[in-house]
Amino acid sequence: MKKKIYPFYFILGALVLYLVFIVIPGIVGIVYSFTDWSSYSKEVHFVGLDNFKIIFSKDENYFKYIFNSIEFTFITTIAKLVIATVLALILNENIKARNMHRALIFMPAILSMIITGLVFKSILNPESGLLNQILRSIGLGSLAQQWLVDLKFAFNSVMAVDTWKGIGYTMTIILAGLQSISPSYYEAADIDGAHYFSKLKYITLPLLRPAINVTIVLGVLYGLKVFDIIYALTNGGPGYATEVVSTSIFKDFGLGRYAVASTMNTVMIVFMVIVGMLTVKMLTKEEVNM
Amino acid sequence: MVGGKRFIKVLLNVVAWIVSLIMMIPLLLMFINSLKDKAQADAMSMELPKKLIFHFENYITVIEKGKLFTSFFNSMIYAGFAIIITVIFTLMASYVLARNKSKLNNFFYFFFILGLAIPVSYIPLMKIMQVLKLNNTMIGIILIYAAIQIPLGILLSYAFIASIPVEMDEAGIIDGCNPIRLFFSIIVPLLKPVTVTLGILCFIDAWNQFQAPLYFLNSATKWPMTLSVYNFFGQYSQSWNLVSADVVLTSLPVLIFYILGQKYIISGMTAGSVK
Repeated sequence: MKKKIYPFYFILGALVLYLVFIVIPGIVGIVYSFTDWSSYSKEVHFVGLDNFKIIFSKDENYFKYIFNSIEFTFITTIAKLVIATVLALILNENIKARNMHRALIFMPAILSMIITGLVFKSILNPESGLLNQILRSIGLGSLAQQWLVDLKFAFNSVMAVDTWKGIGYTMTIILAGLQSISPSYYEAADIDGAHYFSKLKYITLPLLRPAINVTIVLGVLYGLKVFDIIYALTNGGPGYATEVVSTSIFKDFGLGRYAVASTMNTVMIVFMVIVGMLTVKMLTKEEVNM
Repeated sequence: MVGGKRFIKVLLNVVAWIVSLIMMIPLLLMFINSLKDKAQADAMSMELPKKLIFHFENYITVIEKGKLFTSFFNSMIYAGFAIIITVIFTLMASYVLARNKSKLNNFFYFFFILGLAIPVSYIPLMKIMQVLKLNNTMIGIILIYAAIQIPLGILLSYAFIASIPVEMDEAGIIDGCNPIRLFFSIIVPLLKPVTVTLGILCFIDAWNQFQAPLYFLNSATKWPMTLSVYNFFGQYSQSWNLVSADVVLTSLPVLIFYILGQKYIISGMTAGSVK
């Protein structure tokens, strides 16, 4: 009976698109990572684990790219979460024009990463960039840096820009979490004479757990795949300082090294499916009321 | 004590303003510099244009040289069709998955949701696009955009459909509806809120997509706004007044969309995470 009312063909459209454009390419990529597929020859041979040996060998930089992706994910996720939580706590207080502040802080979330990248390329320009201009004009010229050019600063600068863009989005999720906490907890704590920080520690943060988990999951899923912001800001440079997995895949694609690129892709897929399995279970269970 | 409280309140207000400014300044900077001549825009400062002469002709130059109308039109087509496909397909699929929770359907649900984590494998996808003759075509891009959105769409609409009483379906069946009629004339009207959310999410995501067109579109006439602004920057990186004007024009559609539907957009974009 149920099969009749809820027929299988309703699923087909989504399933076919999802299979053809997401799942099957992933599987094909896994197969190609055991071959020597490239733009240089028409024939494709099976080469066993050669590509994996290249990726994990010490003479190549691929391992560093993987590490960079993980570092990027870890740092931006934490930075966004901490700053966004502080901001959400502030904007949850009764301050003036708080809806306007929320809207302004959220705004970068709707901009494209490419636009964000171009804008910050200007702001972080060593000579004429706004950031160094401001530092010089308030007498902190010694802090002015070659933000995107210096090996020491480039990756941190990229992560800072990404954090700038992501804070508002994270903050909105945390705010929704804050608003779902029943005021009666705070009333009870007030009767007991609790301080702001003890309320924060024993009521707010524990009850924010689901919202915090969601932002961590989103941060991890986004960070490991990051491409646009790095491509626009530094394109992996200087040297390989800001190269991550997806930008290295695009570079190998440009060089015609399809098999190596597919292998990097395979490493990423395997990793992400494991992360996904763990987090998706959580995502489908967590509920925060909006 | 009262004085301390007032101080904290002032402090919180100041912090909120500082952060809001930090979020606003980059776009403001672009706007101001888009109205300067080339020499003054080179300095990229917050200074107003000299003698308050506004160089609006920068915008005309950008529209002509950056082929902004074509890329705006392209972005609209990509985002528009991707939304339609994603919304129809995901609503239909989640409806069946949420209503008939057989073992197979539960597996499919999980399988779809896993797509939130799976990265798009662009290089093998290129091979598949070649086989399907979709390389460097607009339809190819639309289908990729739609496919990318399916996992999130299913996650969102599944939860929403589960909250609609099954009695609605039963009433429809008793009245003699077939599945398609039941779905489109009884269920879909009830799904308005989630449809709006999904539409907004898909639009913003599709509008800002960069990677897929970068891999698959080699003719400039098919480029969406993101790709054309990036290439414009490549050509005119010495003329920041023009780049700024291009950035302003490219961001404008989304900004207008945001100002008009701010409430829906904020709740819609975060709805994926906080159902």
